Amino acid sequence: MIDVVVLFFLLGVVARLVKSDLRLPEALYETLSIYLLLAIGLKGGIELSRQPIAALAPQVAACVALGFAIPFLLFPVLRALRLGGADAAALAAHYGSVSVVTFAVATAALARAGIPYESHAALWVAVMEAPGLVAGILLARAAARREAAGGVGRGTHWGELARDVLFGKSVLLLLGGLAIGAFAGEAGTEPIRAVFIDPFKGVLALFLLELGLVAGARLKEVRRFGSAVLVVGLAAPPVLALAGAAVGLLLGLSTGGVAILATLAASASYIAAPTAMRIAVPEANAALSITAALGVTFPFNIVVGIPLYIELARRLTA
Amino acid sequence: MIRKHPKTLLVIVAEAVLEKNLVRDVRERGAQGWTVTEVHHAGREGVREGAWEADRTIELKVICEEAVADAIAEHVLQAYAPNYSVAMWFSSVAVLRPERY
Repeated sequence: MIDVVVLFFLLGVVARLVKSDLRLPEALYETLSIYLLLAIGLKGGIELSRQPIAALAPQVAACVALGFAIPFLLFPVLRALRLGGADAAALAAHYGSVSVVTFAVATAALARAGIPYESHAALWVAVMEAPGLVAGILLARAAARREAAGGVGRGTHWGELARDVLFGKSVLLLLGGLAIGAFAGEAGTEPIRAVFIDPFKGVLALFLLELGLVAGARLKEVRRFGSAVLVVGLAAPPVLALAGAAVGLLLGLSTGGVAILATLAASASYIAAPTAMRIAVPEANAALSITAALGVTFPFNIVVGIPLYIELARRLTA
Repeated sequence: MIRKHPKTLLVIVAEAVLEKNLVRDVRERGAQGWTVTEVHHAGREGVREGAWEADRTIELKVICEEAVADAIAEHVLQAYAPNYSVAMWFSSVAVLRPERY
């Protein structure tokens, strides 16, 4: 049975395809995304308060390495599909970074299937946001140097970029929520439970309705970019999920944890990555990346991918 | 009749991701104030509806001396126009307190 939040996403896609006038106000989109990031952080933080932080260091290191490695795995494949250097690097960065909402849908699916997972998993999401972006920028710079096409001579302002990524809303709210949750603990967060913990899934459903509208619009763009986007958007997630699952197994994670790491590896960022890539690799075609990430990979992951990754994790940890 | 002073209004419509840079560039070239609003935009690069973070567009208005407006526009053309969706136009406006612009 398909998860109820995914049905909201499909409703959004349908609304867009039939050209409905349905539109969520921008302020609501912004509010919902802030809520989700904070709530995910808080929930993970409460769990963090129950365990020694030092024991998590190997997990954090592995997540950073995984996020950093993904663009390097993907880049040669994208080049072979005849994407330009900048386009391939920017697109690879989107896959190296992660989608928080895909993570949220995966945790909802695990909860419904009754599969436990490491409840501090939000920490993995927070640390996997940035490394892929850095790798993507390095790849773009290297490609520009190789092509020496001129015009791309300017360097990357790493300081500015670090600030934009680390203090950008997604990482700031995730880490902020984690810190608050870890500091306040179960008892301290009890008074805000009714807002941040209990209604989470309902808010996620509403957010997915909006994302369905956005993804529906991108779906029409798929044709514009031809088969490369479709191939990448559909084939990259399952392959990357295998890499994520392998790292999960090495870390000795639970079945749910392996499924989550597989999902994170398979997911593509559509909040942090597009903005960061626009600034750092302006010569890349932004529409191409967002169409693959949001128009193809995101729907694939939440409808087909997540059940697949959970099944994969089940078999691997059996 | 109240005394008016001629100035140039430069309007820049650009991807929201450029806001910080544009504001910095505008200040560096001598403009004393600016106004930024969020807008929806369509052009040769396609439609930008502001449906999510990276799809947002801003409109930046600057009233300044003609030479300053020219310098800003020249810089924007050179630095951003090749890779970003940017539209610019000038108009002549009249202000009441010229020292503010």
